Amino acid sequence: MKISVLLSEKKREIAKTWFDLIVETYPQDTANFLKTQKNRFGNPVGHTISEGIEVVLEELSGEMDFARISKYLDNIIRIRAIQDFTPSQAVGFIFLLKKVIREELFNEIHANHLFDELLVIESKIDQLANISFDMYIACREKIYKLKANELRNRTSRILKMSNMFKEAEVEEKDTAGF
Amino acid sequence: MAIKPKPNELLSAINYAPPQKQWMDNPVEFKKGYYCYGAKPKNLEYIGFPNGREWNSADQDWKLVDNWKEIFLEGMENLLKKFRSFRLFMDICVRCGACADKCHFFIGTGDPKNMPVLRAELLRSIYRRYFTVAGKLGKIAGARDLTEDVFKEIWYYYYQCTECRRCSVFCPYGIDQAEITMMGRELINLLGCCTDWISGPLANCYRTGNHLGLQPHTIKSNFDYMLDDLEEHTGVRVEPTFNRKGAEILFVTPSADFFAEPGVFTCMGYLLLFHYLGLDYTWSTYASEGGNFGFFTSNEMMKRLNSKIYAESKRLGVKWILGGECGHMWRVLHQYMDTMNGPADHLEAPVSPFTGTKFENAKSTKMVHISEFTADLIKHGKLKLDKSRNDNLNVTFHDSCNTSRGMGIFEEPRYIINSVCNHFHEMPDSTTRENTFCCGSGSGLNAGEIEELRMLGGLPRANAVKYVKEKHGVNMLSCICAIDRAVLPPLIDYWMPDVGVCGVSELLGNALIMPGEKERENNLRGEPLPGMEEKGEEE
Repeated sequence: MKISVLLSEKKREIAKTWFDLIVETYPQDTANFLKTQKNRFGNPVGHTISEGIEVVLEELSGEMDFARISKYLDNIIRIRAIQDFTPSQAVGFIFLLKKVIREELFNEIHANHLFDELLVIESKIDQLANISFDMYIACREKIYKLKANELRNRTSRILKMSNMFKEAEVEEKDTAGF
Repeated sequence: MAIKPKPNELLSAINYAPPQKQWMDNPVEFKKGYYCYGAKPKNLEYIGFPNGREWNSADQDWKLVDNWKEIFLEGMENLLKKFRSFRLFMDICVRCGACADKCHFFIGTGDPKNMPVLRAELLRSIYRRYFTVAGKLGKIAGARDLTEDVFKEIWYYYYQCTECRRCSVFCPYGIDQAEITMMGRELINLLGCCTDWISGPLANCYRTGNHLGLQPHTIKSNFDYMLDDLEEHTGVRVEPTFNRKGAEILFVTPSADFFAEPGVFTCMGYLLLFHYLGLDYTWSTYASEGGNFGFFTSNEMMKRLNSKIYAESKRLGVKWILGGECGHMWRVLHQYMDTMNGPADHLEAPVSPFTGTKFENAKSTKMVHISEFTADLIKHGKLKLDKSRNDNLNVTFHDSCNTSRGMGIFEEPRYIINSVCNHFHEMPDSTTRENTFCCGSGSGLNAGEIEELRMLGGLPRANAVKYVKEKHGVNMLSCICAIDRAVLPPLIDYWMPDVGVCGVSELLGNALIMPGEKERENNLRGEPLPGMEEKGEEE
């Protein structure tokens, strides 16, 4: 018996518990909405979280395809990076998975002496937290870039049209008389 | 014996769950990126608004006038008397919750006070306290005192509503949160607490006729620049007229179409269409703004800014008015202009000079939407079009809140797109037509300082675009709104880059086969047309 197998077998329960813990980081009314509204277009936050954590769980018990994990994790971080969370709260939901695995699988881990593998899995989760932090920073930088770009775009064309930009030009000299 | 790891060992000190309190007991917390800067006194003074002062919305002290509370309550009493709908909306909500999860700001931010029911309750609690008998009971009756913190809370959340009216579609009583927000903002403006982003355009518009304060010569030179580009792309020199008396039609569009990308490409589409038709029309450098930020401020200000349209049509002696692609501009024109500044007896009921179609729906306002006008032309086979010029585009269409929920324009833009493009894909039904999701930046919320709020407000829209991008390879999001054209590009850029944003008239301009045109190699953006990529490289 391996934890990775247990993770696959109990994927549904683990995903549900992890999802519940994540949405409980929102106010109660919001958490209820995130849990109950099943329309992916009416509830993009809930859908993105549940879709993303399922992929993470699949990969954690499988190949750890970082490209795939990154794509789905980024979807979640992209939302939390601009919601009302501190940086640690925005990415800290990753660590909640440790709590879920320890609670959900403790009896099996204990009975089968799987603590070595637990350490490996938890190290992988730490890795996920690391890449999540990179994603968080990239999202914040993107926001600042957008702010700067918007300011520039709003005025650049009009300044250009009003001849208020003086771009470097090579002056054409009239050499005909020489 | 194995050491049993404690499940909460690592996490015992971490509790992300927010405290559970009743909404009244949760005081407002101003979060950076979620609120606008305050209005500058010079702008308020220019439009004659009271209580302007130097103040900062991030400060604790807003420097409100001493009798601010009396002003607010007296203002509320006046509004309750003047607008029966306001009193009705304050009275009839049964808190069924049908609206709760329909607001894009609630869906995106997850902040319960962005549920429309709760946003209305912020003001209702004041109504109950001061204007109902039961309100004397206080909290039990859902009433509370008006304090400075309560006023700030109203301010904070009434500038987190884009007046999009999606919630009202689902309300069994038809309570229109947009109107409640309008009332709340009227009260806010009595205390000089407008936002900088709204008050600047208000003052400019009142002075020069448009948001940026462009004067006639600047508008003209902006057009020259655009006309040069058009000539380069099509080989046709378009020569529009300005302030020409005796023209048959006055054309009014948002000023963003003159100077901001991608709006200018939409404007190029209008210019080509009118030139193609030989339309007897004129632009106005005074009625040079279809947009009306008064709509986001007070009904009186909306009326004052709107008045220039009929006034200019009278001065120029035109027969009727044609309007460009804009959202809130059309809400004002369609729902308020006629009763605010009409009747426009100096104008005639609009008739298309090319098809003879009488625009019955505009018989009273005398103003026709460009999409109605264009769709009618196409329907009557009046335009020669080459759809293949848009073959590099997989297009979807965003219904702007105001043109869809505000006036029911659903089919015309789709008909145009399908006539000028070969690849059109709808977004899911629950996100289009009357169910459309807002861009997240309407009603004066397209300010740079609230980028985070705008990205979250636009999340449900972006999410649906992402879906069609992944499913159908959509790479162009079309719309008929100038604010959309300004705010959707950064929204898309944040959530899923590589989808462009355009006006429907830009797509038309690409496809329109102009008489006397040269071999078209570029689209209106100067990018190679499908099949012309190599030619561009050779050059």
